[in-house]
Amino acid sequence: MKRGTKLLSLLTAGMLFAALSTGCGGSDSGASDKTVKVGGLLEMTGGSASFGISSKNGIDLAFKDINAKGGVLGGKQLALVVADTKSEASEATNGMQKLISQDKVVAVIGPNQSSAVIAASAINNGAKVPGITPMGTNPDITVNPADGKTRAYNFRACFIDPFQGTVMASFAYDDLAVRKAAVLIDNTSDYSKGLAKFFTENFTKKGGSVVVEEAFLQKDTDFKSTLTKIKVANPDFIYIPGYYQEVGLIIKQARELGIDVPIAGGDGWDSAKLPEIAGKAALNDTYFSSLYSSDDASDINKKFVEEYQKAYNSKPDVFAALAYDSALLVAKAIEDAKSAEPAKIAEAMSKISGFKGVSGDVVFDEQHNPIKSAVIIEYVDGVQTFKTKVNP
Amino acid sequence: MNPIRKFDLTAIAGCALLFAVLQGLMFGGLIGPFWELNIILICINIILSVSLNLINGYTGQFSIGHAGFMAVGAYTSAIITVKLGLPYELALIVGTVAAGILGFLIGLPTLRLNGDYLAIATLGLGEIIRICILNIDYVGGASGLMGIPRLTTFAYVFWIMIFVIFFIKNFKNSAPGRCCLAIRENEIAADTMGINTTKYKVMAFTLGASFAGTAGALFSHYFFLAHPASFTFMRSFDILTMVVLGGLGSMTGAITGAVLLTFISAYLSDYPEWRMIIYSITLIVLMLRRPQGLFGSVELSREMFRLGGKKDGRAAEGK
Repeated sequence: MKRGTKLLSLLTAGMLFAALSTGCGGSDSGASDKTVKVGGLLEMTGGSASFGISSKNGIDLAFKDINAKGGVLGGKQLALVVADTKSEASEATNGMQKLISQDKVVAVIGPNQSSAVIAASAINNGAKVPGITPMGTNPDITVNPADGKTRAYNFRACFIDPFQGTVMASFAYDDLAVRKAAVLIDNTSDYSKGLAKFFTENFTKKGGSVVVEEAFLQKDTDFKSTLTKIKVANPDFIYIPGYYQEVGLIIKQARELGIDVPIAGGDGWDSAKLPEIAGKAALNDTYFSSLYSSDDASDINKKFVEEYQKAYNSKPDVFAALAYDSALLVAKAIEDAKSAEPAKIAEAMSKISGFKGVSGDVVFDEQHNPIKSAVIIEYVDGVQTFKTKVNP
Repeated sequence: MNPIRKFDLTAIAGCALLFAVLQGLMFGGLIGPFWELNIILICINIILSVSLNLINGYTGQFSIGHAGFMAVGAYTSAIITVKLGLPYELALIVGTVAAGILGFLIGLPTLRLNGDYLAIATLGLGEIIRICILNIDYVGGASGLMGIPRLTTFAYVFWIMIFVIFFIKNFKNSAPGRCCLAIRENEIAADTMGINTTKYKVMAFTLGASFAGTAGALFSHYFFLAHPASFTFMRSFDILTMVVLGGLGSMTGAITGAVLLTFISAYLSDYPEWRMIIYSITLIVLMLRRPQGLFGSVELSREMFRLGGKKDGRAAEGK
């Protein structure tokens, strides 16, 4: 027993020493003659593992395509180095540190969870390595709330939530040709308030008017009195940026009251539960905005969906699509910079132009948020159907 | 000089030397930022495991709500520095005290329970703390408290760790500490002998909780944010695993467990898909081969270094 203890202690000590020595040792650069290393800081395990695994599939596919076409910078292959965030912010910081200081990656894709991106952003900004998050929607990711300045090395491939309001206003005014809108806000959610604000702004700017604005709370179940008020105002369009639970009931009750104008909302509607709650018939002539639809008819998306299905036997979800776009963005930034130096890649990324991705064309505004098109999805007999793509 | 004190002084000198070497390697760039981060993480984990060992190992109470106290420390200290703009040293103290007070308040009613019931109660309490934080908008709710400056340095974390280790070691050797050990061995017997068991159980629980608060404060000021997802019961289990792996009731074990598991986790970060599997297999094998943990309840002591010395060189203390 005593010998065992000593042996184990020795073993432990040995392991620790080995760990330290490897930790201090070798450091090959991220850009060797043949490969350029890009980090994938993704949720491979933990509660949000499905985000990370889809994203990794997307990035793998993008790199495979690019490498098959001859790579970047005249023949260098892109290599993905994955680090796990365990779906947790402090682990994301740890992983970011590893990718940058151990693996010497030139850019990092991920994570998808906003809190993880913000926690890790201090590391990659300090090391001047660009990071792009496929799905982190929190505005603070690219703008530091402490001083209001844009974080120079943080980008995102998705648009931020309120942007959906802007897009929906364009769609309602231009495509549905409505002029008098009613807005119904979920007062318990910042998401809802943000969308409503941007919708109202853009809709009135275009020449429409918001005739009535009403609010509800999450977990409400009876909306009849609110809806009666709306009916009296006689709008020809209703905007409800809420979540599917309440939205389903609102649409059901609105149709019962004989309100048959088009109703629209944001990606909080995106749930298989919505047709069950509202009823398939009631859902006709309703629309919501989203980041991506695999039914998008653009050539690049058709090719992506086909390849994705061949490789993984399933339809790409929004995480896969945006990670695919993020990977293409990194590759294009490397080409534009004509260099695999992280700082130059970041600069090229901020000036990117003429980029076409599966979720739309991307340019970055001064806050490193992409200005890109959104997809509008229509419910036809309870089935989500790709309607159109709208530019802001 | 008292031999125990002499050993302590030697140990502190050894720690100072270790500190100098590690700090030197960090300055010299031989330990890169990634391993620096992991060394700091190790120190934080040691504080956590050693303080949990005080409750679970020395006093024999089965608490698995450590992450909750860590969260309290992390959040209160972050409020001090971020929201109120006060110095970091104060934040560390307030974080420690806040977690301690909560530990005291929670300990009083729950420590009437024992065994499995206490485990369930503390597990629930840890989750309650987390859910409360999740719903307080002042500290960022579900999106966490962001924008915490990185004020934790290696020097802070290392010396606080040394302080905690020595504090708990000395506590164990003190009269209240002996009472705690007596409670662990047999609560009824201890009670019969006139030991105020509630008092000492609450004392150990409060101390353990407050050090978890310190660790939380160090943690949030190193990783830039305090986020509810960092303090789930999985974190509590991680800490518990470190203690059990090293040997319940052995401080040396708790330290070794923390070092070992943090290193394994860092090592396996290249193989995210395999990490959890390898981690679990390591634990299963270890528990099968050494169910009492790496060290059992043995402490590393002066005698162990005396090679070829006394036949039984272990500090005999075990069960």
